[in-house]
Amino acid sequence: MHEIALRILLAAGAPPKTIAERAADALPSDPLLAAALIGGAMIGVLTFLTLLGLVLIYAERKISAHFQCRLGPMRVGPHGILQTVADTVKLLCKEDIVPTRGDQPMHLLAPFLSLGATVLVLLVIPYSPLLHVADMNIGVLYVTAISGFGVMGILLGGWSSNNKWALLGAMRSGAQIISYEISATLALLVVVLFAGTMSLRGIVESQEAGWWIWRAHGVGIVSFIVYLIASTAEINRTPFDIPEGESELTAGFHAEYSGLRFSFFFLAEFINMFVVAALASTLFLGGWMPFHIGRLAGFNQVMDLLPGGGWFFLKVSSIIFLLMWFRWTFPRLRVDQLMRLEWKILLPIGFVNLLVASFVVLYNFYPFPTEITLP
Amino acid sequence: MTVTIRKLDELLQPPAAAESGLNTQEYYVNMGPQHPISHGSLRFVARLDGETVKQVLPAPGYVHRGIEKMCEHLSYRQTIHLTDRMDYFSALMGNWAVSKTVEKAAGIEVSERAQYIRTIMAELQRVQSHVLWWAVLGMDLGAFTPFLYGFREREIISDIFEETIGARLTMNYVQPGGVMYDIYPDFAAKVKKVVAYLKPKIEEYDTLLSGNVILQERLRNIGVLSQEKALAFGCTGPVLRASGVPLDLRKVDPYGVYAKADFNVAIGSRGDSWDRYYVRIQEMRESLKIVEQLIDNIPEGAHTTTKPNVKVKLPEGVHYGQLETSRGILGVTIVSDGKEASPYRMHFRSPNYCNLWTITELAPGWRIADVIAILSSLDLVIPELDR
Repeated sequence: MHEIALRILLAAGAPPKTIAERAADALPSDPLLAAALIGGAMIGVLTFLTLLGLVLIYAERKISAHFQCRLGPMRVGPHGILQTVADTVKLLCKEDIVPTRGDQPMHLLAPFLSLGATVLVLLVIPYSPLLHVADMNIGVLYVTAISGFGVMGILLGGWSSNNKWALLGAMRSGAQIISYEISATLALLVVVLFAGTMSLRGIVESQEAGWWIWRAHGVGIVSFIVYLIASTAEINRTPFDIPEGESELTAGFHAEYSGLRFSFFFLAEFINMFVVAALASTLFLGGWMPFHIGRLAGFNQVMDLLPGGGWFFLKVSSIIFLLMWFRWTFPRLRVDQLMRLEWKILLPIGFVNLLVASFVVLYNFYPFPTEITLP
Repeated sequence: MTVTIRKLDELLQPPAAAESGLNTQEYYVNMGPQHPISHGSLRFVARLDGETVKQVLPAPGYVHRGIEKMCEHLSYRQTIHLTDRMDYFSALMGNWAVSKTVEKAAGIEVSERAQYIRTIMAELQRVQSHVLWWAVLGMDLGAFTPFLYGFREREIISDIFEETIGARLTMNYVQPGGVMYDIYPDFAAKVKKVVAYLKPKIEEYDTLLSGNVILQERLRNIGVLSQEKALAFGCTGPVLRASGVPLDLRKVDPYGVYAKADFNVAIGSRGDSWDRYYVRIQEMRESLKIVEQLIDNIPEGAHTTTKPNVKVKLPEGVHYGQLETSRGILGVTIVSDGKEASPYRMHFRSPNYCNLWTITELAPGWRIADVIAILSSLDLVIPELDR
């Protein structure tokens, strides 16, 4: 289907563009359209953010419930679909408590930093050939930089709360993200090496002939696994949820947060999960590219029936399911074990993997055809 | 003998400069009385250097209800219901400990049938208690799913208790001279069904949690309690057995009909948190084995030999009785003046209280997260500790 869409667009003389590009094109001739496009994109992303939060929280509750031999929310709406809405209303109505002896401005600012960082990443993710807000030639770098920024919110939140448990959680979070960011970036670099571009759209298009997880000769799989582990740690989910560490630190960095501000942290955590899954599927699993097997034309045509956006969300939801599976199965690591895992195991693997990948790219050692077969 | 009473403030050393050489300082945190680790209300004062624990001091007493004092105004039959409220996960064994002491002191005969029922019920409760401990340990270590798995099995055992006894938690079932109510005719069939259901579940616990590499990393070689230390602290139950001392009153000084059952005492070798973990898992299997052996042989007869309203009087002197609850040896000391139908003084030897203080030895040097793991492996029930 995406091929058909591409063909139609190519035939119409309009190559698929991001919304930002379309706005830029329209600006000289029709500023109103440009403004409408940008405004539409902003509203769209915010709506998407809200919907994503609702869906992911509901999914987490239901999936965890079924892992634990129970039903989960069942009362509000059919099968409890409206439970998250009810909870959001409850959180909105709650008193917003700021510790008297805490650093008040910082305490108020922290949740916005945390959520803001994730929203900015949502802008550059290619959801489908047609739905893509903005593309950058430094896409991967941008994503890494901005998502690392989210920890500022956690650090500030924990520090400004004037609570020892919260501070401990925040410090753990800082140490954890600084460490695991390296491994995650090393894993992403492998794909950048293969694709030869940092633009996320470029990376998706480079996987026309096969996803990098398979086509990159084992290094792809290794970097996918390293990325999955490192990013699970980056988004503070079990088994790496030590900044929250419910049974040790009561609630970690958000111990002193309540109401709307708590829900911002909560939302940021869930959106982060989506971002990680979206990046993993964009870089390793071909983004919106459908699943193709070599020259099996009939099979490929059946696969093409699902549009690009559908493929993207299918891949993303499988990875999200995997992350939830981790969360509801594993116990939590200790803080020094966490550091050992990163610095003594993941980091060396990441470096060796990058080295091998650069040799593969340098000597052009591909067994699969790399040429793109578009008309 | 002189006893020096020192306040908590005197026991806590002032925070010093950190050993790391960095320009930081040690600090104190209160774990509890409201903290997820104190399953109840127990306060720990911890001196930390960053994440590393330097000193931990328990400050119990938040659930002190004066149970021992209350007992002085109650008849022996009435004291039993207070023992339910101590270790509520071994309510039946608490009942039994008092009954056993009173029976021995007053020379009350207990029918064979009552002994069988007591033993089976106590072993079911031991399984129930360990299942709950396993569930909570999973939650303490960050895995939430075991918690609900554990509660699923606990419900099934509770159903058995509810049918016979009428209560699910504070049972008040065992009484001097027998048990309160007789069992139903289909009791044996139901218990057999439960045992058949539980056996594969315990294997499932192994596959879900015990085999997990993260859990093993979190428990192995953490908080090693040597045999000498365990004995010096007066530890009993799984905590002592994990350190390699095969002290189990069910074997050493059999009561009930344990002598008729064939079972092993699970002991550990290193005394670390993992041994304390696995000793309990093994105990669940052994308990089910005991129930399986006894359930078909319950003899006919009266379930109790005393009338409900009879007031027991004990001869003058000090009477002591003890038995193995799911957490260790619960000792009951009764001082009777020989005139009243209530004790002059009653004292309980709490297994949890002794086990609790090992944390002062085990925790220093480890991280905060390890304190949680060690405390969880000690399996404390706070209301029994404070009484």
